[in-house]
Amino acid sequence: MSQELLRVERLTIGPRQGGPAIVQDVSFSAAQGEIVALIGESGSGKTTVSLAALGHARRGLAFRAGSVHVDGVDMTRAGREDLRRMRGRIVSYVAQSAAAAFNPAFRLSAQVTEPARLHQSRPRPAALAAAVELYRRFDLPEPERIGERYVHEVSGGQLQRFMLTMAMIEQPRLIVFDEPTSALDPTTQVEVLAAIRAAMRGQRAAAIFVSHDLPVVAQLADRIVVMRRGRVVEQGPARTILETPSQDYTRSLLQALRQRGKDSSPRAAARFPPVLEAKNISVGFGRGDAAVLAVDRVSMAVHPGEIVAVVGESGSGKTTLAHSLVGLHAPLTGGILLDGVALPGRFQLRSRDERRRIQMVFQSADTALNPSHTIGQILGRVLKLYFNMDRQARAARVRELLGLVHLRPEHAQSKPGQLSGGEKQRVNLARALAASPDVLICDEVTSALDTVIADGVMRLIATLCRERRLGIVMICHDLTAVAGLADEVKVMRRGVVVEEGRPDDVFCAPRHPYTRMLISSIPQLRAGWLDEALAARHGLEASKISSLELMDTSE
Amino acid sequence: MVRLVVTRLTGAVAVLLTVSLLVFASGEALPGDVAQLMLGEGASQEAVAQLRQQLQLDRPAPERYLGWLGGMVSGDWGVSYTTRRPISEILPPRLANTALLTVLTVLVAVPVALGLGILMALFAGGRFERSTSVVLLGLSAMPEFMLATLAVLIFAVKLRWLPAISNLSITDGPLEAARALTLPVLTLSLAIAAQIARMTRATLVNLADRPFIEMAHLKGASRLRVILVHSLANAIGPLANVVTLNIAFLISGVVVVETIFAVPGLAQLMINSVSTRDMPVIEACAMIFCCVYVLLLAAADLLGTAFNPRLRRSR
Repeated sequence: MSQELLRVERLTIGPRQGGPAIVQDVSFSAAQGEIVALIGESGSGKTTVSLAALGHARRGLAFRAGSVHVDGVDMTRAGREDLRRMRGRIVSYVAQSAAAAFNPAFRLSAQVTEPARLHQSRPRPAALAAAVELYRRFDLPEPERIGERYVHEVSGGQLQRFMLTMAMIEQPRLIVFDEPTSALDPTTQVEVLAAIRAAMRGQRAAAIFVSHDLPVVAQLADRIVVMRRGRVVEQGPARTILETPSQDYTRSLLQALRQRGKDSSPRAAARFPPVLEAKNISVGFGRGDAAVLAVDRVSMAVHPGEIVAVVGESGSGKTTLAHSLVGLHAPLTGGILLDGVALPGRFQLRSRDERRRIQMVFQSADTALNPSHTIGQILGRVLKLYFNMDRQARAARVRELLGLVHLRPEHAQSKPGQLSGGEKQRVNLARALAASPDVLICDEVTSALDTVIADGVMRLIATLCRERRLGIVMICHDLTAVAGLADEVKVMRRGVVVEEGRPDDVFCAPRHPYTRMLISSIPQLRAGWLDEALAARHGLEASKISSLELMDTSE
Repeated sequence: MVRLVVTRLTGAVAVLLTVSLLVFASGEALPGDVAQLMLGEGASQEAVAQLRQQLQLDRPAPERYLGWLGGMVSGDWGVSYTTRRPISEILPPRLANTALLTVLTVLVAVPVALGLGILMALFAGGRFERSTSVVLLGLSAMPEFMLATLAVLIFAVKLRWLPAISNLSITDGPLEAARALTLPVLTLSLAIAAQIARMTRATLVNLADRPFIEMAHLKGASRLRVILVHSLANAIGPLANVVTLNIAFLISGVVVVETIFAVPGLAQLMINSVSTRDMPVIEACAMIFCCVYVLLLAAADLLGTAFNPRLRRSR
């Protein structure tokens, strides 16, 4: 290999105040043109290691031992001025959430070209021209003008490409990617991965790519470093790690990937009549002629003990559909039926019992759970509201509910902040179950979780569904997660159901090109998946034109 | 943006109307007869009735309210019950004194406070920040009369540098006026600067944990640039509110300072009028205070919106 750009040696990072280290004895290196992936579950210390390459330790943390040499400079010991010279110019950073990492008060181009300005490498027009050139390379629309926008005026996938531009503008020698695609839905992820690959190709830069998603890493990485609890489990060339891992932990990661979405719980032999039905509902924003339909004449039937999965990328209308089922967003036309009886569109008009029977599990447990209440209080409130239980009965039921979602009774005394992401999502689920509902609407309940933990939550929902005869609507952008669990799949695009049926049929023999694109967007371990996904995407672009023509002739 | 300004100002007018109703109603609710009070216990029935008629107190309340409101808008604020002079003559010099005091205080206190807050955020966690914090906390907890008394004790009594009272109506020459105003301005500045500096620090330090601030550091921006450019741009909305609230406080809440230094300002006038039950003057003062509050708060909102692209561009 050519020149070594990054060398991490016996790096140890821990709380400034003392206490157990968060990163212990980590060593690896990266040469020019090489992409090294750091992989591990959340809390494994991979982000902490990657930030050390920029000489940055998050609040309360300190470098304890070891070194991180970037281009010959030890970033853990460099002075403030030296760090400033290195950051943005020699080593740059791509953050996980582009939406949070851009300043809402400034135009995007001003931020993207800021590194050039800070390091006085070239005049502003030249920096702007370089940015526009990169926008074009990353397929951003209207490259000349899009930089005039603010953060809230572009999509998440576009923002991530702005971030890429910002990281590349000074042609750094090392780029740190910190989970650059994990906040995106799969189809956007494909676009951004393609942009990253395009960016790295032909560059002499080295890269650290932090991820919890092995298939994503498989497409890009030359070498893989597997981390767990702050230590390196194993490292080596990507192919070796993916095909012949030597450690049990790595094997278990790969195993979990293969097992994903497989459901072993028995299904009901006979079908019950539907508990919740939507008949031709259209839901929109705005009024009158200016109304925009987010859901366009969608019908569905939810049977007890069955899971209906609604999949589609962000903006396809699936969350709006969920909101209209629980009464948060009344449909403009069409009807919602509970046990065959028409339900009012707005939850304010539904009776307390009708509301109790349809419960929603929200996407983000962090925002859905009151951080200053204990888990016991959060669950107890629901019990008091719907069943008016006394203190003793509530305590007993809370224990029961916690057991149901595989949490310990002690958790009743904890506050949400003391729980891990997976535990919080289980509490979120228990909160919905506390109402003893007949239907659960799950809105992207696992999108913030690591693969292994997400899979556990999905299985739990499936088990509850079969055992308690719950009807479940599972809103999801992750097809693999629902493939083996759902009884019926609906694929939504721009508010319309473009394909529906049994999951086996939909996944094995998709009829609509959009479904094919969605399926191809699921990251696969095998090399070459990214190219196939991009090819399927272009196929859809072509078919879009033909379907438009079809519409023209029909009218 | 234009629509926002219009809706915000419409709201302000609605608030003012509501307040005018409350001010008038509370005047009505006070027990006792004004005419009787003005003429004293021994006045004859005829004299009281005549005065009542003269003051139009015999008309029904809604009619008097509308008349009063119309007068307020057109600049005819009525006649003081005690001095029998038109309020539009009494008020302006008083308002001018208070405004002068306020403007000088703002010019001194706001830049100092913002600068201090920024420095504290820049050196957050250090010795400078902690010691300044303690001093500022002490200052904002100390009542103004105590600050004022201490200032008088030190600068007027012990050092004899400055006059102890600031009766602007009897000073002549700008130098005299400047000397007279130094102590009240100093006292008021200490009182509001402490609060503004603390809020500035808190707002900026809260922003420091946001990912876009971390990103700015990782781009290679200096700490000073991160605070002055990246953080401050996002702090303008909250800061504008704190600053304008303090200015509004200066207009209406400087009673103590005006009294101690004998500044013939608006607050002093209002206090005097309350003790003589001079309702028209009290009502006029109340309406001026309210106008200042409402307009300053609207200005703070609009300023905050102007610096928030999300709000600015969505309307």
